[in-house]
Amino acid sequence: MTEIDRRIADLDSLPRKNGELVFDSPAESRAFGMAVVLNRAGAYDWDAFRTHLIAEVARDPDERYYESWLHAFEALLVERGTLTADELSRRTAEFASMARDEVF
Amino acid sequence: MSSGGEHHPHPPSDFEARAKALESLLVEKGVLTSGSIDKIVDAFEHDIGPMLGARAVARAWIDPAFKERLLAAPKSALVELGITEHQVEELVVVENSAAVHNVIVCTLCSCYPWMVLGLPPTWYKSAPYRSRVVMEPRAVLHEMGLDLSTDVEVRVWDSSSDIRYMVLPERPAGTEGWGEERLATLATRDSMIGVANAANATSSGPAGAEA
Repeated sequence: MTEIDRRIADLDSLPRKNGELVFDSPAESRAFGMAVVLNRAGAYDWDAFRTHLIAEVARDPDERYYESWLHAFEALLVERGTLTADELSRRTAEFASMARDEVF
Repeated sequence: MSSGGEHHPHPPSDFEARAKALESLLVEKGVLTSGSIDKIVDAFEHDIGPMLGARAVARAWIDPAFKERLLAAPKSALVELGITEHQVEELVVVENSAAVHNVIVCTLCSCYPWMVLGLPPTWYKSAPYRSRVVMEPRAVLHEMGLDLSTDVEVRVWDSSSDIRYMVLPERPAGTEGWGEERLATLATRDSMIGVANAANATSSGPAGAEA
């Protein structure tokens, strides 16, 4: 495993079973995967994501783990200018209303 | 790009819609591909976990020559099983027997044999485990449900940034004639850390044992 994997694994709260990660829905695994892929691609340091995640968990400790994760990821991408909050909310509405249902 | 939705009878949850929105925007912008996400998720769900260690243990139980190689040169023995994503640190495999029980710890932080056991359990990184297992291993093992007879020597291996340890548990009784895959289900993560024995032959139901 790389240093990055180790730091991901260091996040104590990642839901797991017998040491392995568990996802309650495919969407959770997509949320996890996207954040890791972009980190590996060099889009940001893991600490940058982690900072957002910690802040998000602190903001709402009762939130589901991957809910916090996704909020942190959105905030990081907007902060970095990878996408805007506006295009994100518009695209989300398209999926929510089923005007769009494929990710590609 | 589809404008349909006819085959998707239920509207997605808010979470699902947001995750899809992110993925579709990032793919559109050429920042990532859906395939790269599949690959990462698959690796974290399946390839990086205690199953790799369990496969090595099961092979060692069946094949004495492999066991010798696993103890003598763990990394190259693992290559035989197709386990090649090696961390840079040295890996040492310590064998349990009727006379010796091994247990691993990292007293300094949370060094762990990632390449064979995946992600460490939270308690492995806890201060009480790290400090107490060295001072009073029998008491700690007892609390974790493992009682060792007093004539068994307990060896505690302190991992470091350079050397990681993995325990080769004893093969459970009643498993004669078992195949490698079935045996691997008995080599639990905890047994390879050394805080438990391998699961009993009788506990190997299709649902597996959840501790």
